[in-house]
Amino acid sequence: MRVVLAEDLALLRDGLTRLLTAFGCEVVAAVDNGPALLPALLANRPDVAIVDVRLPPTFTDEGLRAAIAARAELPGLPVLVLSQYVEQLYARELLGDRSGGVGYLLKDRIADVEQFVDAVRRVAAGGTVMDPEVVAQLLARQPLNGLTAREQEVLGLMAEGRSNAAIASRIFITEKAVSKHINSIFTKLGMPPSDDDNRRVLAVLTYLG
Amino acid sequence: MAPLARPVQNEAVEGIRKTVAGLLIAVLALAANLTLFVASLVSVLLIPVLGIGIVVMPHVVVAVRFRADLERRFSARFGVPIAVPYRSIPVDAPLGSWRRFRMVIADPATWRDFSWLLPGAIITGVLGIVGLAAGPYPIRIAFRFSRLLLGPTAAAALRRRVETLTVSRADTVDAQAAELRRIERDLHDGAQARLVALGMNIGLAEALIHRDPVAAHRLLVEAREASGQALGELRQVVRGILPPVLSERGLEGAVSALALTLPMPVDVEADLPCRMPAPVESAAYFSVAEMLANVVKHSGARHVGVGMRFENDLISMVVRDDGDGGADPEGGSGMRGVQRRLAAFDGTMSVTSPPGGPTVVNMELPCVLSSPKTSRSSATD
Repeated sequence: MRVVLAEDLALLRDGLTRLLTAFGCEVVAAVDNGPALLPALLANRPDVAIVDVRLPPTFTDEGLRAAIAARAELPGLPVLVLSQYVEQLYARELLGDRSGGVGYLLKDRIADVEQFVDAVRRVAAGGTVMDPEVVAQLLARQPLNGLTAREQEVLGLMAEGRSNAAIASRIFITEKAVSKHINSIFTKLGMPPSDDDNRRVLAVLTYLG
Repeated sequence: MAPLARPVQNEAVEGIRKTVAGLLIAVLALAANLTLFVASLVSVLLIPVLGIGIVVMPHVVVAVRFRADLERRFSARFGVPIAVPYRSIPVDAPLGSWRRFRMVIADPATWRDFSWLLPGAIITGVLGIVGLAAGPYPIRIAFRFSRLLLGPTAAAALRRRVETLTVSRADTVDAQAAELRRIERDLHDGAQARLVALGMNIGLAEALIHRDPVAAHRLLVEAREASGQALGELRQVVRGILPPVLSERGLEGAVSALALTLPMPVDVEADLPCRMPAPVESAAYFSVAEMLANVVKHSGARHVGVGMRFENDLISMVVRDDGDGGADPEGGSGMRGVQRRLAAFDGTMSVTSPPGGPTVVNMELPCVLSSPKTSRSSATD
């Protein structure tokens, strides 16, 4: 898997490169500021871009803006955005183009190396991975469109990018029960039958909405 | 025609009401002012007579100030606001004390009040009676005259301003010191302690890695979890100092982001042309955030609205909820904190919260945009 990395702190940039390389990814370019990201993406056409939200020159949400701009230029480009904190507002903006291949995680999650690499792979494959903290904020709100508490929970785990098998083992039900819940969620959210991956993205989007 | 006629009729009724009020004010002016004039004259004359005036005069001053405050209230009703000019009286200067007497005679407003009593009576009396024929306008002229003597002189206005600033500065300094103490404690008991534990765990794992790899592995897992908790705590501390989304997106973005995290729907309406200076932005954000936290904690509201507007060098913020009402601005430390936070910038807050709701909190914060140059956030747009 070919990765372009945008992270301004050398310590984290090198650490991430080392980590990804150890798990068989190839870091084809590592940039340290927002404006350099798009040229690097255009030159390398990676499988996934991993971008820090806060980058020079403004040290604000430069990375987020650069990632959204890059996806406008390269539709469907998988982007995993990392940050020291998460905002639902930013999650929404990232998913604004209503296509998958988006991840938004706290930097803390890198510490669980295997799960992190798994998230990178999911995003590269077009999945949606939202940080559990974003999902927790959503769970605190009113249930959506008459979803049951269980369905809400399943939807949350879907937003975190977990597979049916992972969801099943997490909440101690069978995989069959999981797909039953998921179908019920799709129906309640009015998702037309289409390929499952796409519906998952749309359901998560509605959830974040 | 009827709906058109009604306002005209109301206006006429209002006019009559004001004229009658004007007449009553005139009668009061003649009766009270003349009595007080005589009383003040006598009390001053009594000062050299065994010092009787030293005790009596401050009592007369209380009565005169009461009368003058009444005039200021009436005057404001008629559209001529008069600011209060008196120096504040310390608690250790009770009526009858020498100190009180000294304070009272040193305050120029005392003598300006006295000098108003007689001409005020004549002018308000005459114009109030003339007002019977000419409507409420003559009485306004009388109030303009009163303002000349009852309003603060430039020096008195400055003095009051200095008093206000001294209090708000002291509050700000206290609040800042308390804030720093809180941050220090949070870091000390939270993230720092966890990092110490983290270092210990890693060190131990290092020592055990060959002898007891299973235990070393368990320690490393614990260390990773501790690092996550330390980061979580640091995030909370940072949010309390300056939420990153505020520095990145400004007031509107930060309030919208906060709104998304609340358990009930929050409508955010903002009309803010550009970024504010950082300290003002921060005061505005934390004030709105505190009000929203109150709504979540106490109101039982199902719906909340936040409005923010910048106009005439003033940021106006409104937080409205459909909850139970009964919020007391003096009751909670949260609301008092907001009042202090706003006062540091000459801002104000008012709360209307009848039992049964709804609650509306209005906050205003003066803000002069130092330069028309827009902020760094719009530079990245």
